[in-house]
Amino acid sequence: MLELKSVTKTVGQEAHIDDVSLALEPGTLNVLLGPTLAGKTSLMRLMAGLDRPSDGQVIMNGVDVTGLPVRQRNVAMVYQQFINYPTLSVYENIASPLRVAKIAAGEIDRRVREAADLLQLAPYLDRTPLQLSGGQQQRTALARALVKGAELVLLDEPLANLDYKLREELRAELPRIFAESGAIFVYATTEPSEALLLGGNTATLSQGRMTQFGATLDVYRNPVDLITAQTFSDPPLNTIAAVKEGGKLLVDEGRLSVKAPAAASGLADGPCTVAFRPHHLLRDKPGRGAVTFKGTVAVTELTGSESFIHVDMHGARWVALMHGVHAVPSGAEIALHVEPQRFMLFDAQGRLARADIKEAA
Amino acid sequence: MRRASALVPILYIVFLMLPIYWLLNMSFKTTNEILGGFSPFPREFTLDNYIAIFTDPTWYNGYIDSLIYVAINTVLSVAVALPAAYAFSRYRFLGDKHLFFWLLTNRMAPPAVFALPFLQLYSAIGLFDTHIAVALAHCLFNIPLAVWILEGFMSGVPREIDETAYIDGYSFPKFFVKIFMPLIASGIGVTAFFCFMFSWVEMLLAKTLTSVEAKPIVAVMTRTASTSGYELGLLAAAGVLTIIPGAIVIWFVRNYIAKGFALGRV
Repeated sequence: MLELKSVTKTVGQEAHIDDVSLALEPGTLNVLLGPTLAGKTSLMRLMAGLDRPSDGQVIMNGVDVTGLPVRQRNVAMVYQQFINYPTLSVYENIASPLRVAKIAAGEIDRRVREAADLLQLAPYLDRTPLQLSGGQQQRTALARALVKGAELVLLDEPLANLDYKLREELRAELPRIFAESGAIFVYATTEPSEALLLGGNTATLSQGRMTQFGATLDVYRNPVDLITAQTFSDPPLNTIAAVKEGGKLLVDEGRLSVKAPAAASGLADGPCTVAFRPHHLLRDKPGRGAVTFKGTVAVTELTGSESFIHVDMHGARWVALMHGVHAVPSGAEIALHVEPQRFMLFDAQGRLARADIKEAA
Repeated sequence: MRRASALVPILYIVFLMLPIYWLLNMSFKTTNEILGGFSPFPREFTLDNYIAIFTDPTWYNGYIDSLIYVAINTVLSVAVALPAAYAFSRYRFLGDKHLFFWLLTNRMAPPAVFALPFLQLYSAIGLFDTHIAVALAHCLFNIPLAVWILEGFMSGVPREIDETAYIDGYSFPKFFVKIFMPLIASGIGVTAFFCFMFSWVEMLLAKTLTSVEAKPIVAVMTRTASTSGYELGLLAAAGVLTIIPGAIVIWFVRNYIAKGFALGRV
C-alpha cells in the first residue's frame, strides 16, 4: 500500500503540490484527473521518488521511503512522450530493468517475450525504437514497465500523444495487461471520459490540491465541490450564479425565478451556484416541472453523432450536448429545458449542497 | 546559363585546391627545380623528400611527438568536458549561465597571451619539453569548446531518458557510460575532431613549451633553413604529410559534423 501523508512540494514560492494525503491499495487502478498544470506529474514524481517532497511523508508498505532515491524503489513509469533508449534494440529496451537487476538470461528472455507477446511487439524485437510507429514505441515503454514487476506503476498521460484509434485500443488493453500484476496503478489524464472508461478510483486535482478521492463513478455523480464537478466534466459544466430566497432560486438579478428543487433544502438563503451537465440541457421539454431557459445561440459544432450548441443564457455561456445533428444557426433564439433534479447546487464556498441525481448521470 | 552557374563553384574549388596542389607538386620536386623555374608538374619526379622525412629521426619524431600530445589532449579534453557539459545541461545552479559564457571567453584570448606564463609555470614544475605540458596547455582552449559543443548535444537528449534509467535501477556512472554516451556518440565524435584539429594546428604554445624531447612537427618545419639554404622540397613534403591526419579525421567525422551544424553548436 502506498500512503501519502500531507505531502507538499513547493518550488520557489509556488506550491506545486499542496497538502495531499492519499492511500492507494495494491491491485487497484487509480486515476489522477485534472487539467494541465493541476499537479498530476508533480504528484507522480513524488510517488516515484524522482522528487523529494518539501513536507510530508511517503510510506510504502508501512516503510517510510520519503527520501529514498528512485533506483532503490520498485517503481515503473511511463511518460507522455515516448521515452525509450534509442541506441538499444526493442528487446534490450524491455530487458533493461531486468539486466540491471542481474536476473538470469533465460528468465529475462522468458519475461521479455511474454511482455512482447502481450503488447504485440514480438515481430519488432530486433528493431530500434525509432524504427517503430508512435504506438509501438509507447508499447515498448509499457512493456518495460510491465516486465519489471514493480509494486507501483505510474502512467503519466501515456496515451495523450497517440492518435485516436490507437488510444482507444491501448486504453482498452491497459487495465487487462496490468490487472494480473497486483501492482498499484496510477494513471494521470486530463480527460474525464478516460477516467470513466478506465473505472477504478479517481483523485481529482486542481492547482496542486486534491479535491476528492473515491470510486470513479462516485466522484462523478457526487462531487464534493464545484471545482471537482468542473474538473470532472467534459464539455465544461454549465453554471450560473443564483440567489436562494426561501423556496425560490433567483437567477440573473431576479429576472428568472425558479422553484428551488428539493436538494436546496440544506442550503441557507443567499448566493449560490447552480450547475448541471451539458447533456441535461434539452431542446424538447421533458415534462411538467422542467425549468425553461431562453437565450441566443452563439455557435453550433456538429460531429455527426453529436451536436454541441453553445448558448448565451442570462449572462452565462452554456453548452448543450445533444444526440444527432442539430444545425441551429448562430444568433437564433432558443429555448432549452432542464429537469430540476439534474441541478447540482453549490453554496457560496463552492461546497455541494446535495446532488439529487437519480440514475447514472 | 547552366554552364555559367556550374562555373562558379568550379572556379571556387580550383582556387581552393590550387595551393594544395602546388604544395603536392613541389613535394615531388628537388629544391633546385623549385628554385629554377615555374612548372605545373614535376619534371624530375622524385620521392627523395619523403624518403628523407621517413628516415631522419628529427623529422619523423616531430610527427610522433605531435600525435602523442594531440592524442593526450583530445582524450583529456573530452573526458573532462563530458561531466562538465552534463552538469550544465541538466542542473541549474547559482551563476551557471555566467560560468558557461565565461568558459567560452577563454577561447577569445590569443594563445600568445598565455605563452609566457605557461613557459615559466611549466618550467618551475619540471614539465617543460614534455608531451603532457603541451597537451595541458591546449586544454585551456579545448575544454571550453568541448563543453560548449557537448552541452548542445546533451540538451538534445530528453531528461526523461535519464529518469527512466534511474527508475530501471541504473546507477549514475552506469547510466552515463551505457545509456547516455552512446546517445551522444556523434557529439563526442565532433568534439574530439575539433580538439584534435585545434591541437594539431596550434603552433605557438607547442613550440614555446618544447625544445628537443617533445618537439612538434610544426616547430621542426620552421627549422629547415639549413647550411645549404632553404630545403623547399623537403618543406613541401612535410607540409603534405601534415595535412593528411586532418584529412583522415575529417573523412571519418564528416557525417557527424553535419549533425553538429544542425544543432547549431559547431
